[in-house]
Amino acid sequence: MSTLTLSHLSPMLPDLFLAVAGMVLLVAGVLRGNESTDFIGRATIFCLAIAAALLIGMEWSRAEILNGMFLLDPFAGFMKLLVIGGLIASVALSMQYLHQDYIVRFEYPVLVLFSGIGMMLMVSAHDMLALYVGLELQSLALYVLAAIRRDHIKSAEAGMKYFVLGAISSGILLFGISLLYGYTGTTNFALLADTLSANMSLGVIIGLVFVLAGIAFKISAVPFHMWTPDVYEGAPTSVTAFFAIVPKVAALALLIRLLFEPFSALQDQWHQIIWFISLASMALGAFSGLVQNNIKRLLAYSSIGNMGYALIGVAAAGEMGITAVVVYLTIYMVMTAGVFGVVLCMRRDGQAVEKIDDLSGLSQNSPALAYALAILMFSLSGIPPLAGFFGKFIIFQAAVESGLYVLAVLGVLTSVVAANYYLRVIKVMFFDDPADKFDSEIAFSRKLIIGFSIFVTLVFILNPSSLVEKSRAAASALFNDSHYVAAESNTDAS
Amino acid sequence: MLTALAFYLFASVVLMSAIMVITARNPVHSVLFLILAFFNASGLFVLLGAEFIAMILVIVYVGAVAVLFLFVVMMLDMDFKNLRKGAMQYVPMGIVIGGVLLAELITIFSAWKFAPDADQNLAVPFKEEGGLTNTEALGQVLYTDYVFAFQVSGLILLVAMIGAIVLTLRHRDGVRRQVVSKQQTRKREDVLEVKKVTPGTGV
Repeated sequence: MSTLTLSHLSPMLPDLFLAVAGMVLLVAGVLRGNESTDFIGRATIFCLAIAAALLIGMEWSRAEILNGMFLLDPFAGFMKLLVIGGLIASVALSMQYLHQDYIVRFEYPVLVLFSGIGMMLMVSAHDMLALYVGLELQSLALYVLAAIRRDHIKSAEAGMKYFVLGAISSGILLFGISLLYGYTGTTNFALLADTLSANMSLGVIIGLVFVLAGIAFKISAVPFHMWTPDVYEGAPTSVTAFFAIVPKVAALALLIRLLFEPFSALQDQWHQIIWFISLASMALGAFSGLVQNNIKRLLAYSSIGNMGYALIGVAAAGEMGITAVVVYLTIYMVMTAGVFGVVLCMRRDGQAVEKIDDLSGLSQNSPALAYALAILMFSLSGIPPLAGFFGKFIIFQAAVESGLYVLAVLGVLTSVVAANYYLRVIKVMFFDDPADKFDSEIAFSRKLIIGFSIFVTLVFILNPSSLVEKSRAAASALFNDSHYVAAESNTDAS
Repeated sequence: MLTALAFYLFASVVLMSAIMVITARNPVHSVLFLILAFFNASGLFVLLGAEFIAMILVIVYVGAVAVLFLFVVMMLDMDFKNLRKGAMQYVPMGIVIGGVLLAELITIFSAWKFAPDADQNLAVPFKEEGGLTNTEALGQVLYTDYVFAFQVSGLILLVAMIGAIVLTLRHRDGVRRQVVSKQQTRKREDVLEVKKVTPGTGV
């Protein structure tokens, strides 16, 4: 057993920093009470920015530490950076909302931070145990956030529903993990990969299915999506924004890690599962979105559909496919942050409104908001030359190159159907009779996020290759065979 | 022989008391049956040679969780009759799902085999005679190999605590709290007034 020194922990420096920062901020909040919420929120953003800087400054070469439980490689590094960016955006978006909806509680940013740590640990997990504790840390904070407006019946219902279904999905996940552990005698990803590549059994496949079902719940892929619309609608809008922007990125990164490391030998088995849930998510996201009147429910179905598109890239199962997923997720995250920035501005006489009809005639009342939302909706529906088009394009390209013609064709068809409801929002804003004006005060941080989102959406086409190159570097880490050698030398040393 | 007898005893009592947990009319009885189920499950663990888990089950589940349940059931004035109304309509669905899971379990275990190199993969291989006890084996790895999972579990518990406080704590007006520093700094002159009273006149 090697002795543990502090330098040994250096690959997890950003995570450690955030964990310590979270606890310090918690104590500061407890001492100073809810009046300090704004300060805690700003401090959270500041700490996240420091963590991002630490992460960028680090070397992302593959390193496994703590008995192979924690892993940093280019893929994990890039996804963590995405997660931190999403966290910063969600905290920045929510600070004004907390005041408007009377949920000024200093625990809010602290809980966002802790769930963020959970997500970063998920992305870095290299052991089933690490995967599970990271997932639980993330989910537990999310359950509380969904119910944080505790006197509001819908928020309490959303929290309860999310908690019960989340607990069941964790149980399913654990059951699958226990089957895998029972067969192989290990929870380490590298050892699992070695053992599974040599032998197989029925129990392993059932275990794999259960694990995939548990993770599919977290990314709200059909048929495990049932909680999504209700939780999105019931939770406070700032929390919905957070749910839509960040956790799925982490869960999808985790899924990719699982499929291409421990389960890489079972590709024939998991490929058909991913193929099916991808197709089902796209179809359900497109068709159920058509009949929604509530913008939060609409965005819930939109996110289900978008997870379906991202899963096409996973099903394509190559460096190209994963590159496409990473690009797609990045673009989707930026667009969603902007859309929710606008949705958070939908307030009339101090009350939040969420019907799509409430947007009618927005182009005359507040043209800036209307044009912003229109650009983002065009981008979400995949109209060139906006960023959303490029995300879909690279996904379908990857699908065609790996011969998934059915998925690619159906993906294009469902995105045409889905475009219908995105465009309906634009039609309501520009061609319907104006409704009453929205409240006009919009926090600077929110304007900044919307502005950034639109900027990226518009100018992405000028230089798409930089993001693609970075994503390719991240994705190639998963397909580099050298990590088996690294894993073996690591186990020898310990 | 004796082991088999003990197994059937424990297993049948676990099953019976588990059924009683969900069918008993009085919720307090349900919790008491739950405690009985936990005790017998820990007996099963002892039979399996997992004495540490058996003791943890008794200490944590019987000692803490079940007693907490009992408190909750007795303190919350809930109408369990109404809660239970309409629960019967979910029974067919429950039986179907349970049946599917059972069929899957039977399929798994009838075709079960261990990977040939599973033994080498184990973190702490269990030795039959003269080896480590469960508790020692766990102690060897819990704070060393598994320190990461252990610490993150600590974070999870912290979040759980924050969550419980966020969702339930309400500051009410008019609650008198103990402020130790105020009590300590109180002087006799602040609160006591000595008056000379002449006998027979009153204050």
